[in-house]
Amino acid sequence: MTETLIQKRIPLDQYAALLGAGEIEELRALAKPLRGRSIGMINSTAVGGGVAEILTRLVPLAEELEVNIQWEVMSGDDDFFRVTKAFHNALHGAPYHVTPRDFEIFLAWNERNRARLPLDAEFMVIHDPQPIALIDDRHDSNRRWVWRCHIDLSHPNLAVWDFLEPYVSRYDAAMFSSPEFSRQLPISQFLFYPAIDPLSEKNCDLDDYFVAEVLARYQIDPERTILTQISRFDRLKDPAGVIRAYRIVKRYFDCQLVLAGGSASDDPEGAFVLKEVLREASNDPDIKVIELPAWAPLEVNALQRASTIVIQKSLREGFGLTVSEALWKRKPVVASAVGGIPNQVIHGQTGLLAHSVEGTAYQIRFLLSHPEIAKNLGDQGHEHVKENFLITQKLKRYLTLFHILTRKT
Amino acid sequence: MSAVAPAFEFSTVAYLTRIGNQSATTLAEFLSGLEECSDASIFHHTYQTLGSHHFLTEKFSNDFAQWVQADANRNDLAEQLASLDIRDYTSIAALRNDLCRIVGDYCNTNPKLANQSALKQFFFCESMEVTFALGFSASTLDEFRAGIQDLSHSSFFFHFISSRLRLQLQTNDFSYWLTNTLGLNTLAANVNRIDIYTNTLESVRAKLLRLIDFERRKA
Repeated sequence: MTETLIQKRIPLDQYAALLGAGEIEELRALAKPLRGRSIGMINSTAVGGGVAEILTRLVPLAEELEVNIQWEVMSGDDDFFRVTKAFHNALHGAPYHVTPRDFEIFLAWNERNRARLPLDAEFMVIHDPQPIALIDDRHDSNRRWVWRCHIDLSHPNLAVWDFLEPYVSRYDAAMFSSPEFSRQLPISQFLFYPAIDPLSEKNCDLDDYFVAEVLARYQIDPERTILTQISRFDRLKDPAGVIRAYRIVKRYFDCQLVLAGGSASDDPEGAFVLKEVLREASNDPDIKVIELPAWAPLEVNALQRASTIVIQKSLREGFGLTVSEALWKRKPVVASAVGGIPNQVIHGQTGLLAHSVEGTAYQIRFLLSHPEIAKNLGDQGHEHVKENFLITQKLKRYLTLFHILTRKT
Repeated sequence: MSAVAPAFEFSTVAYLTRIGNQSATTLAEFLSGLEECSDASIFHHTYQTLGSHHFLTEKFSNDFAQWVQADANRNDLAEQLASLDIRDYTSIAALRNDLCRIVGDYCNTNPKLANQSALKQFFFCESMEVTFALGFSASTLDEFRAGIQDLSHSSFFFHFISSRLRLQLQTNDFSYWLTNTLGLNTLAANVNRIDIYTNTLESVRAKLLRLIDFERRKA
């Protein structure tokens, strides 16, 4: 069996305190008819990445509802993961010259995993392209197989997509994070948002003393305005653009800028971008460039909670769950209208969208001038996340899907 | 004395959004989509979206108006679409007719605008629903109040908003039961009058509880 990092179970009643008893009773009622039926989740990594992070929380939550759920991780060698990484980028639209050898490697590892993994659950949920060909092991038409795609397929490299599409079409359904990410397919496609766990270390309530200690550690003044972007050091997150927007804002408001992201030590491009950002920020003591360890959820939580405004000025984005993390903390958010961000930021209702450096700066200035509007956006953003982007809602979607698939049997 | 009055059975609904194969980038395509999409799609973009954005009390009433305003940049048409009140409808067909009439009239009056590209595509989606009983009921006003107090948003939406389509009456499950089982016509009418567009679901619930408390004090 594969080693997965299942988190310890959190009693459902702890969620009831946040969401209301009725919401949890409803989850229990929805899960009750599914007790005893088996669910298998398969992805390609036990740690790192959003899918594993969600599954570590989703699986114990489903177990709390007495649902028989099993999470397995497929295996592969360096060649396999080189190919699947290239597939991943190509499906996002990057150029890639695929070779027949790449397809052979991909299929060979899927075949090995078919022999190794238990694939006999009543509902099989396959995450992303890596394990997609496990569907070849589907022999019993009464079992339901669904494919959860976390990738934006709106402009895929067609050589890769044309190879994968016949596999996708053999599933009972596919799930995407946004309608824009979906494809024309002969199977049902459902909208499944990514989710955050309000009780995880990244999102739980924090002691004020801890927040103050984190600010002191990074020499951030809690008495002055704090603008923050949390993201890895990647050009697509446009840290240079954030600095330019901050400099415009600074002409009107005294403020500090925090750019914090995970370690770039294993990512040569990330390390290069970090150097650029440090160089750009070097003459301004109010720009705090913070290289966090790879897993620093409490620090991220503290920096978000201490922020006056949270920025997500990405040039491209998958879903951008850091936006939901900030909204859950009732923070006003100014973000780019790319990828899944507009699903989270309804302009003027749950945050403000921008399309340029100048627009980002203007929206920040607007919110700093109107703190009551900023507060209202943060409060409504919190409700939006509570209704749509929490792990409990995600589990509810899965349970609903299993009910619908059962109906089709 | 009559037989035992039927209890109010609390139920709820879970929705899953199915992504359709239809989309629109112009108002003309949008009109075609409105004409051809499924009833479940009209429901999704009007009723269900109101439920999932229940915390917003201004500038948001349905997905159609939102897209026309934010992406097609036609504020005048958006205002007309936003003014449609789903409480006026007991069938999706009637709601679809009005949506098509409004967009059709606009396209006929502004033929050049009908084919202008919007900033973003509109994707027609559908709501697929699973309804289920919550396993508790109310036979008295006190039990009814206790049930409503802790009800989930989905259940509240199911009984208070989408019930019109099920009942095919200009009322909701709560008012229907208050009238037909407890004979509390005035309370039922006051409950049915609560504005779901200018209140959040939580403030609707608070108003409903206040109305029930007022009735209990009279008894």
